[in-house]
Amino acid sequence: MNKAEDSEGSAGYYRRMQSAVEELLVLRGILTPEGIEEQVAAMDSRTYKSGAKVVARAWVDAAYKARLLDDPRTAVAELGFSVGPMHLIVIENTPTVHNVVVCTLCSCYPRMLLGVPPHWYKSREYRSRVVREPRAVLAEFGCELPTGIDIRVHDSTADMRYMVLPLRPAGTAGLGEAALAELVTRDCLVGVGLAACPTSSG
Amino acid sequence: MVESAAAEAIAPLFAIGDRVRVRKQHPPGHVRTPHYCRGHVGVVLRLCGAFPNPEELAYKRNGLPAQPLYRVRFASRELWTDYIGGANDVVEIEIYQHWLEPAA
Repeated sequence: MNKAEDSEGSAGYYRRMQSAVEELLVLRGILTPEGIEEQVAAMDSRTYKSGAKVVARAWVDAAYKARLLDDPRTAVAELGFSVGPMHLIVIENTPTVHNVVVCTLCSCYPRMLLGVPPHWYKSREYRSRVVREPRAVLAEFGCELPTGIDIRVHDSTADMRYMVLPLRPAGTAGLGEAALAELVTRDCLVGVGLAACPTSSG
Repeated sequence: MVESAAAEAIAPLFAIGDRVRVRKQHPPGHVRTPHYCRGHVGVVLRLCGAFPNPEELAYKRNGLPAQPLYRVRFASRELWTDYIGGANDVVEIEIYQHWLEPAA
């Protein structure tokens, strides 16, 4: 423990348990401190920008979009992304259907394409409410859906992981793939936001 | 693991479009079936494949034979009688076969 950590106050039970297990794994030669650092760095280096690139390609290339919905693993590999052992399902928003993803049991999330999940995704508040009152929760994210849209909530309870393919915003016909990727936020890949045209959002 | 799971998988009992009811049971342990859908009826959307049973994996057993895993769609109004929202709103949940039984 260094001085900066001391000033954070005493570690809780789980933080102490994690430290103890980590030290034991290193002492027994099962893991190395360098190996742990590398894994943490690799985890931190993944961001939703990967998912955004996949979405932008699907927006400009109808054949790619068809492959992405049919066989996500192979389609994301075309862009150089690996989902590893994860089983990915891509769900498409349409003018009449809006999709939103949750893991009510814990925090399952397509980390290989979206990075580390945001704090709210793991909160009891989000997990318990989005299945029961999705419209109210989406509104709290500033995601106001037109009336008449059906909502599909995807509870990621087992071996599948889900990414939303948002609707391409109107007014983006002149934009290239890289510029389109900039419009794709993490929130709209989880389904709590909509991709917005830069002019319409100000 | 995946190859051995495929070799030792239980045959699927349900097909796409089948109506299924989630067993209303409350066993202890690492269960991946949310409480809010137990006892409710949904429709099979797709078969996701067969996977080692997580209730066994949690205790360091091999989880075989692998359980077929389904995506089941529930009407939100079926899950919650006081649901506020459209009649077509749904929740889709992954459920292992041993938690499902045929529904009329």
